[in-house]
Amino acid sequence: MIQPSFPGGTHPPGHKTATADARSEICPLPAELVIPLAQHVGAPALPCVTAGQWVARGQLVGRANGFVSVPVHASTSGLVTAVEPRPHPCGADLPAVVLQPDGADTWADEYQKQSFHVLSVEAMLERIREAGVVGMGGAAFPTHVKLDPPQGKVIDTVIVNAVECEPWLTADRRVLLEQTEKVLTGLEILQEISGADHAYIGLEDNQPDVARLLAPHCQKRGIGLAVLPTKYPQGAERQLIYAVTGRRVPARGLPMDVGVLVQNVGTIAALTDAVTRGRPLIERMVTISGPAVVRPQNLRVRIGTPVAHLLEHCGVTEEPAMVILGGPMMGSAQHTPAVPVVRGTSGVLAFRRQDLPTTTAGPCVRCGRCVNACPMNLQPTFIADFARRDELELAERFAARNCIECGSCSFICPANIPLVQSIRYAKGAILARRRRI
Amino acid sequence: MEPRTPLLIVSPSPHLHAGLTTRGMMGAVLLALLPAAATSIYLFGLPALRVLLICVVGSVAMEALWQKVADQPITVRDGSAALTGLLVAFNLPASSPWWLSLLGAALAIVVGKQVFGGLGHNPFNPALVARIVLLISFPSAMTHWTAPQPGRFLADAISAATPLSESQSAVMLTGHLPQHIIGFSSRYLLGNMPGCLGEVSALALLLGALFLLWWGVISWHIPISYLGTVTLLSGAFWLIDPSRYPHPAFHLVSGGLMLGACYMATDLVTSPLTSRGMLLFGCGCGLFTVLIRLFGSYPEGVAFSILLMNAVTPLIDRYVVPRPFGMDRSRELA
Amino acid sequence: MMAAVICLGSLGFVAALLLGMAARRFAVTVDPRQVALMDILAGANCGACGFPGCDAYARALVAGTAKPDLCRPGGAETLKRIATILGVAVTERPPQIAVVRCQGDLQHARLKYAYQGLQDCRAAQKLARGPKLCPAGCLGLGSCVQHCPFDALAIDSRGLAMVNRSRCTGCGLCVTICPRQVLALAPANETIHVLCNNRESSARVKSYCNAGCLGCRLCVRTAPESFVMDSFLAKVRYGYGEPSTMAEAIARCPHHCILNLDEQGNNQTLPTPHSVRERSTP
Repeated sequence: MIQPSFPGGTHPPGHKTATADARSEICPLPAELVIPLAQHVGAPALPCVTAGQWVARGQLVGRANGFVSVPVHASTSGLVTAVEPRPHPCGADLPAVVLQPDGADTWADEYQKQSFHVLSVEAMLERIREAGVVGMGGAAFPTHVKLDPPQGKVIDTVIVNAVECEPWLTADRRVLLEQTEKVLTGLEILQEISGADHAYIGLEDNQPDVARLLAPHCQKRGIGLAVLPTKYPQGAERQLIYAVTGRRVPARGLPMDVGVLVQNVGTIAALTDAVTRGRPLIERMVTISGPAVVRPQNLRVRIGTPVAHLLEHCGVTEEPAMVILGGPMMGSAQHTPAVPVVRGTSGVLAFRRQDLPTTTAGPCVRCGRCVNACPMNLQPTFIADFARRDELELAERFAARNCIECGSCSFICPANIPLVQSIRYAKGAILARRRRI
Repeated sequence: MEPRTPLLIVSPSPHLHAGLTTRGMMGAVLLALLPAAATSIYLFGLPALRVLLICVVGSVAMEALWQKVADQPITVRDGSAALTGLLVAFNLPASSPWWLSLLGAALAIVVGKQVFGGLGHNPFNPALVARIVLLISFPSAMTHWTAPQPGRFLADAISAATPLSESQSAVMLTGHLPQHIIGFSSRYLLGNMPGCLGEVSALALLLGALFLLWWGVISWHIPISYLGTVTLLSGAFWLIDPSRYPHPAFHLVSGGLMLGACYMATDLVTSPLTSRGMLLFGCGCGLFTVLIRLFGSYPEGVAFSILLMNAVTPLIDRYVVPRPFGMDRSRELA
Repeated sequence: MMAAVICLGSLGFVAALLLGMAARRFAVTVDPRQVALMDILAGANCGACGFPGCDAYARALVAGTAKPDLCRPGGAETLKRIATILGVAVTERPPQIAVVRCQGDLQHARLKYAYQGLQDCRAAQKLARGPKLCPAGCLGLGSCVQHCPFDALAIDSRGLAMVNRSRCTGCGLCVTICPRQVLALAPANETIHVLCNNRESSARVKSYCNAGCLGCRLCVRTAPESFVMDSFLAKVRYGYGEPSTMAEAIARCPHHCILNLDEQGNNQTLPTPHSVRERSTP
């Protein structure tokens, strides 16, 4: 079958070999865990522990604050030393529960492992919510909200996002290889909850071994295995849906508008743990890689582990000039290595100065590469130009708000113009102005 | 207050770059033009080399001078001035006097490019602006062609006419084409004919264009649609009356068509952004070229047609826009 | 010969007829007062009045939907003339001027990270909340300079925005542009200002910058009628100054963040054409 491919796209170098084939290891506990109360889209959790209190592994430390919010749990047992603002991956200091591990790693009371078949849909959703499961591909949107579409929206297709189109990152791949059964069970749970008849696993053709491993399982369970030609940003929700099903999500709509639910591999594994064992999301697979890292590897990292600890564990060749949480295309550069790994952190990348593009921005030569590369079929150069001149109406008319900030345009721009930054500014300014009016 | 240990760099995502820069692209085009430049020296000898040098050095110097005087950052290192200079030289006959070459370079840089705000802001292809201004101002110097004398670098120049002007004047005088143009020969493909420096060897130009396509500096849309339109249109006329209208293959290899279609029309700055726009642009260029060649008073129409379409480019960019992904109809843009 | 004359003559006549008809048919009637208003408004289309340009404001004035005192760049003189044209009574509003409330240059304020990207404060502010450790300090990337319709702003050699007090009309556009609210409007005749914008406690301010207001209240204690505290930030009570006590307060400020701009000559230098010109990406 010839898969339709989404428009545009680029081919950044993969850099995945360093971490792709080594088994993941467990990251040793750091001296201090910093567990932010805001690790998801929506209202931050409300702290429910105080300094000086001992907490067990998996114990609730922050209560969900509203429907679009999830609780936060202690990643290990230990002493709460403070509940105070700490550096957060977003760049500001935000309230976090600071935990000093006691080394015993004592679990709070745990459910017996049980089959999800005995549970009602409501009970499963409740467990997912209580476990604090959020989208682990980077967006960190609460999963229970996504699984609970408003009346009238019918989901007929579930897609597992195993594309991992960001260079260097191999965390999803390792989850898929090492926790295959968990992911497949999770897919069944998703189908059960959403009532979807069709299920697909979306994969890029740069991972033929994973495809081979999955093929018999998929055949047995009636899951479609969509092996897509490698192209960035295949892992973006709209692009993946189009590549797998040929459906176009409306620009102002959501995947559920075309009857599709997309979940990241890591999210599905976490969701299985939540439903079958009642385990909260306190650990995740993280790729630690990049040119400045001596021993690049995938680690199973407790949420709240400072990035500095990870870099120390894997070794850095020299003082890194840039530390990125997430992938190099959409991840955010951090101002301090004190920031912790949060639920949406798929990778920690360290770069030396010489690895970073150094050329300064020049004038646009109107080559049209950004227009051809844009997976949303926008005209980045025009939108960015309007943004720089504060012509927000024009930027909006050129559909600035459709931008998914994938970075393809800036990546390809021969003049090195930070197009995405301009467009991001325009998007924010357009929204701010709408709120004002 | 001493700063903390080296600050981490924070920049907006993406933190990777594809690697191809403006400078790299200009360099690639320069490289692609080398075979044609070498051919021109081989064919026309030292005078060709002189024109090439004066134009390239003149353009770079002119740009640096302008930016110095205008108190702007000097950007000659991006290679665009050198490229413009080379293209200007390619549009001049080998017999051009030094002042003509220098004037061409200055016109291209100043009138064609810098007055509009420099690289990326010029609406018209700078080299073609220079060519047209020179052609209209100094018609005799600009149409004083010499016959190619392959390999004889120091030979005396022999005046000759380009195949295109030859065919045009023959049709005007006698009503039909000269015999050797009807029986079109392959020597034109290698460039063994009188003409501007860069336009004579279609083969060398094609070689460079293939390199650019492979390297991803230009896309196929403009050259293919341009050459395709010319072939179809001139082919239609040829079918109507082969004694009056030359064979399409003659059109393809003679005059500045190959140079225009592969290097001038594909100029990034002055061509449309989208693939569909490029196709439209190429078709327009082809249409005007054939019309001017067959019915105009000038024997050659490539420069005019590209400049005409340059003028239309903003319109194309305004109306030929991609439909945003996930949107039903193309909303009213602009 | 005759034919040509008749030909051209009749062509001219027909064209004139058409033009004349078009002029009648498509004539736009404009209130003469609107024309008069357009003449006296500042003409910078700065948008300080809240209307998209001077023309729109003039129309709104004539229509009676806008207050007459909104043209800040025009000042008192324009207000008076608007009032004459419209035949209304107005009260004068004291002229204002923009003040850059930050002295945290690279010698004084610490950076949070090394920024690489668009030379635009608002874009930089979105990356980890801006490259300066102090969340309220001037980023110096010049968004205000680029947007000032009167060329009254520049980035000085210290990398901070500065106001050319003779050019500033107090339109307030920069105040809305600045993502950190470093710029504020103050009465134009006042020269003493607190040049800090950080309301945080002294410990925090000290960790960012040694030119910031610590909230020590020394100035309030010295000249209670001239200064007030806003959280941990001292502010001048404009119009309540008594020069001698204020001078004493200025002298006692430990971080020297109260300045008399008249004496210091700061923020008054003419911006050179160089620093005004947009230096960002095109």
